[in-house]
This record gives sequence, structure tokens and C-alpha cells, in this order.
Amino acid sequence: MKIHEYQAKELLRAYGVPVPKGRVAETPEEARAFAEETGAKSIVVKAQIHAGGRGKGGGVRVVHSPTEVQKAAKEIIGMTLITPQTGPMGRVVRRVLIEEAVNIKEELYLGVVMDRSKACPVIMASREGGVEIEKVAAEAPEKIIKEWVDPSVGLRPFHANKLGYGLGFEANQIGPLRAVISGLYRTFHEKDCLLAEINPLVLTEEGGFVALDAKMNFDDHGLFRHKEIALLRDLHEEAPLEIEASKYNLNYIKLDGNVGCMVNGAGLAMATMDIIKVAGAEPANFLDVGGGATVEMVKNGFKILMSDPGVKAVLINIFGGILRCDTLAKGVIEAVNEVKVNVPIVIRLEGTNVEEGRRLLNSSGLQFTVAIGMKEAAEKVVLALKSAKGTGQRA
Amino acid sequence: MSILVDEKTRVVVQGITGNEGMFHTRQMVEYGTKVVAGMTPGKGGQKVDGIPVYNTVFDAVQHTGANASAIFVPPAFAADAILEAAEAGTPLIVCMTEGIPTMDMVIVKQYLKAKGSTLIGPNTPGVISPEKCKIGVMAGYIHKAGTIGIISRSGTLTYEVVDQLTKKGIGQSTCVGIGGDQIIGLNYVDLLGMFEKDSGTEAIIMIGEIGGTAEEEAAQFIERNVRKPVVAFIAGLTAPPGRRMGHAGAIIAGGKGTAKEKMEALEKAGVRVVRNPALVGEEMEAVLKGRRH
Repeated sequence: MKIHEYQAKELLRAYGVPVPKGRVAETPEEARAFAEETGAKSIVVKAQIHAGGRGKGGGVRVVHSPTEVQKAAKEIIGMTLITPQTGPMGRVVRRVLIEEAVNIKEELYLGVVMDRSKACPVIMASREGGVEIEKVAAEAPEKIIKEWVDPSVGLRPFHANKLGYGLGFEANQIGPLRAVISGLYRTFHEKDCLLAEINPLVLTEEGGFVALDAKMNFDDHGLFRHKEIALLRDLHEEAPLEIEASKYNLNYIKLDGNVGCMVNGAGLAMATMDIIKVAGAEPANFLDVGGGATVEMVKNGFKILMSDPGVKAVLINIFGGILRCDTLAKGVIEAVNEVKVNVPIVIRLEGTNVEEGRRLLNSSGLQFTVAIGMKEAAEKVVLALKSAKGTGQRA
Repeated sequence: MSILVDEKTRVVVQGITGNEGMFHTRQMVEYGTKVVAGMTPGKGGQKVDGIPVYNTVFDAVQHTGANASAIFVPPAFAADAILEAAEAGTPLIVCMTEGIPTMDMVIVKQYLKAKGSTLIGPNTPGVISPEKCKIGVMAGYIHKAGTIGIISRSGTLTYEVVDQLTKKGIGQSTCVGIGGDQIIGLNYVDLLGMFEKDSGTEAIIMIGEIGGTAEEEAAQFIERNVRKPVVAFIAGLTAPPGRRMGHAGAIIAGGKGTAKEKMEALEKAGVRVVRNPALVGEEMEAVLKGRRH
């Protein structure tokens, strides 16, 4: 789960990481009020969306009076911000973060991520801050210093010393830097993050370190023990169909194709998307109904899938293991009885209780094509798609 | 022959009195697995289908000689269950639980290094040596004893491939689900090494997916250490970057971990990479024909 910059900064502040003085605002008036209160000469107005590259998209302004703050906030709140990370549709900005500007001497990168190969968190630091760290990693990997931390031992002063001296800082700067590293690492560990990043971490003209931007991504599986983090979820940042799916514990991701698919198991769901492409069409979504799906879940999954207007044909690919084929059949039949289906459906069923599943579908009166095996299923759905289009053109 | 589990495997089921645990214990017993004990704190002294239940894994191991653990406990308690099994000296631990916090698994994994227990999973369908022993949730009847070793990150996609093989009359020595999470126990490299050494395994199928670098590490290992033929499929060629595709580990992050990169790395290592998931069985059939002629 992602959170906004202003939320990440509040967390960091609580862990002792210096952040610019600021406040989030939902209206231009609130923004102005804060500007008047601080009296700072330069103030930054930043759009709050869950995507990077906001500056390039016009979502970050530096202004110099309360009136200008109000004007900038008015322009940014409500705008659709398009950045390289939002996709062409962009995101509507609902809040801005108003902050006192900082005198930047140097921009660093500081991040903690989970290193899968080494099975522990790794702290990464670089003096090449402010840009995509992946770019630095690819072009000049020697400019990134890494320290792996065994969480059962925890972060120790030596880790931070190695990072600080490794980056070439002087003894008098190591203390403040260590506080930042410690605060970031503790946030990562104690709140079950998968990523916690300060980019840029600024060395100010005055000689201190300040987190100018922050990004955090939390482990969904850890949220049950952090109710305060779970509350930070912003549903506006998520696609409506995906929110609907998450209500029923379904895993749905909308894509741009026209073959809707419903599959059990994430791996098989990806493989089904791939085989649709091999057969010559594009998947409209990823939908994993999971191993232990109930009739209710299958029904809702099918409805969500069908509510995407891009779907022109449906492929249901189920290899029953824990999920029984008769459960799947009941769910599909219930769904079709509740929503109007006017696109072709191809069903491939295999595994536990397959005979009962097929019998239920056959006696349901539902129009569908049966396929034996994945390959035939993909070919049949592409064929159905083409003939459906053909009909459309003639009409 | 087979790896990890066989007729000598004696299983203790952690969480045997829960819905999942009880259901799958019955399925495992029906398949022929020797389930010798169950474990649920507070339920010691009870029996499930005649199987004695203990309060601790330590008690279960002492009284029954269990040498493998099957874990079916909720995510919040699963890390503790793995640690307990390791502490009790269980050599093999198979954890089916989905949704364990990543940080818990990091701590577990570091701890296991010092304990000598082998962990499969979490978030795995389990491990099966067909017609000998299954620890997990996979449908037993689709499997057939034979000489193909299977290593996979996914559950139902493995069933799909096993089904293709069995329908062609090609059996399996052992099928291992390594799990879909970011931090897991045994990985491809560990298992490739085991299958390479196993005299009962003639060829290996690797089923991978987007995310991480485990497949790339496997490719490097295969190039240097594996003489047996390897057929691979990587799911997620059409997956968009930055979106987690169901499994905690299946995400293309920072442009790394794409299916294309993984396929290329494996092909470079001499692996036969199949692009169509429906043709994995066919490819293996061709490999076997080539060897036997």
C-alpha cells in the first residue's frame, strides 16, 4: 500500500527525521492561512498524488507570498496531473502540501528496500540524489553505497558510520546523518514497509539534513498489525474496479485489452493473459479468484470483470484444486443471471469436481463455449472475439 | 527416487484442528502420506481421525518421531510456527500459509540459517513425490510417479503443467512449489542442485514468473552445474510494470524482473524456454524422445 508524501513525512518526523515545516491543504484558503502563519519568504506548493515526476507535470511550484500560495494551490487542486508514472489518464489532485522552502546545498538519496536475494533489508545511499535511483544504479553503480541489516540484530551505529563516511562526509556531519538513517530504518522495520525512501535528502546551506521528499510502500500483509497505517489508504488513488474487487478479497488489475479473464491462482492467471496474447488478442485484466474462492466471490469477480466496457469476450480458465469446479460454475451462473451478458464466453474447466461443474453449466441454459485445455481455450476466445467484431461491422 | 519427501517421511501437522489443517490432513492421509501427529496449542491430548494432537511441536517430535512439519496456521502466527518447528529440530518444514508479513519471514530466514532445517514456502501448494508422499494442498490425483522434477513459484500453474505431463504418460519424481512470496525458503538454485543429484530425476521443469531475480540466478547455476535437460516457462510476459500480480513477489519493479529478461537469461544457459504455457508437456515429451533415441 502506498501513501502520500505528506503522510510519509509525518511518519518520518515522528521517528526524528527532520522534514520541512509544512501542512497539507485541501483548499486554497487553507494553503494561504499556513503561508501567512509561517511568514517564510519562499514557499513550496506540492500536489499530493501517489506518483512521482510531479514537478515535470506542473504539480510543484515555488512561490513567495501568501497570495501566490493561494493562487498556486487554486491552480493545482482539482487539476489532472499527468506524469510519466500516472499513465496518460493522469490523476486528479485533491490536496497540496505547503512547505517552507529549504536552502539546498546538495541533494542525496537515502532508501531502504527489501533485498529478496539476501532476504533482508538493504539501506542504499548516494550523493547523486534527486533523480531515479535505478538510473544511477544502471549507469554508475559505484556511486551507491549499500548496507544490509539483519533485522534481528537491528540497525547499529556502525552501519550508519559506514554509509556516512563512505559517502565522504566529515565527522561533524555523521551524527545528524545517523539520526536520519536510523529514523528511516526504524520506520521501515517497525511499520512493515517494503520501501521507504527519502529522495532527495537535502544537505542545507546551514549544514543540516532535511527530508525534502519521501515515498513509502507498505507490506499489505503487515497492515493487520498497523491499523494507523491502514487508515492512510487513499481510495481516490486506486482504480474503482480494483477497490470493488478488494472488498471481496479478489485480486483484480485492469489492463487495456478486450479479453476479460477469470482464473484461479496468480501464476495461472498470468499464464492465461500470456496465452491470450500468443493467440493474437490482448487481455483486459488480471483476475485471480484465489484458491479458496466461494460462490459469492466468483459471482462478484465475474460482475467486476463484466463492468469493464472494454471487455468484448471472456475466458474463464479454472484448474480446480482447493477451488472446486462446481463452486465456480454456481458463481458464474448466479452472476450471469444478475447481469446482462452480451459477449461470448469461453470456459475451460479442469480439476476437482470438474464433472459436476460441467453438468451445472450445461443445464444452466447459459450460452458459452467449452474448451479442452488452455491452448484451445485461448484460440476459441480469439475466434469468438473476431466473429463478434465481424457481426458488429455488418450491423 | 525423489527428493525431500518419500515413504519414510513422517509428518506433524501444525494447525491440525483448524478448518484448513483438518481438511488437508484428511487429503494427505488419503493420498498415503504418513501423518503421525498434529499440533495445536491448548488441544494437546485430543485426536483428529485417530491422529494424536500435541501442545508443542517438541512433544509431537518426541512422541512420534515426526521428521517433517506441514504448517496450516493463520498468517499472524505462521512465523512463530516455523520457528517452533525449527527449534524442535524438524528437518523439513513446509508452510502453506499465505499472507505472512515479509519482515517476519526475514527474521525466520536469518534464524533458520543457524538451525539446519529446510523450509519450503511459505505461500506454497507444498511438495509431492507422487504415489509416495504429499505435504500440501495440491490435488493428488493429477500426479503420476516418474522421472521429471518440477520446481515452481505458482500453484495452479503447476497443476496445469503436471496435468499436461500426466496426460502424456510422463510421471514426476518430485514437484516442489517454492512459494509466491518475496522471502522464501528453498529456491530454484537449491532445488536444481537436488534434482541434478537425484538418480530418479531425468529432466527438470522450472516454472517461473515476473519479479525478483531468482530465475536469473537459476540460469547462472544451470549453466555451470546442471547437466540434466531443463524446460522452463515464465509467466507474466503481458504483465504491466509496477503492478503486483497477485503474488507478493510478482512485480516488475524499476524495470527489472521482466519475463523477457528471465527467458533470455535461461535460454542463454541452454534451457528450453517455452513461450506458450499449454506446450510445456509437449516440449518435455520432445526432450525425452531426443534423449531416449
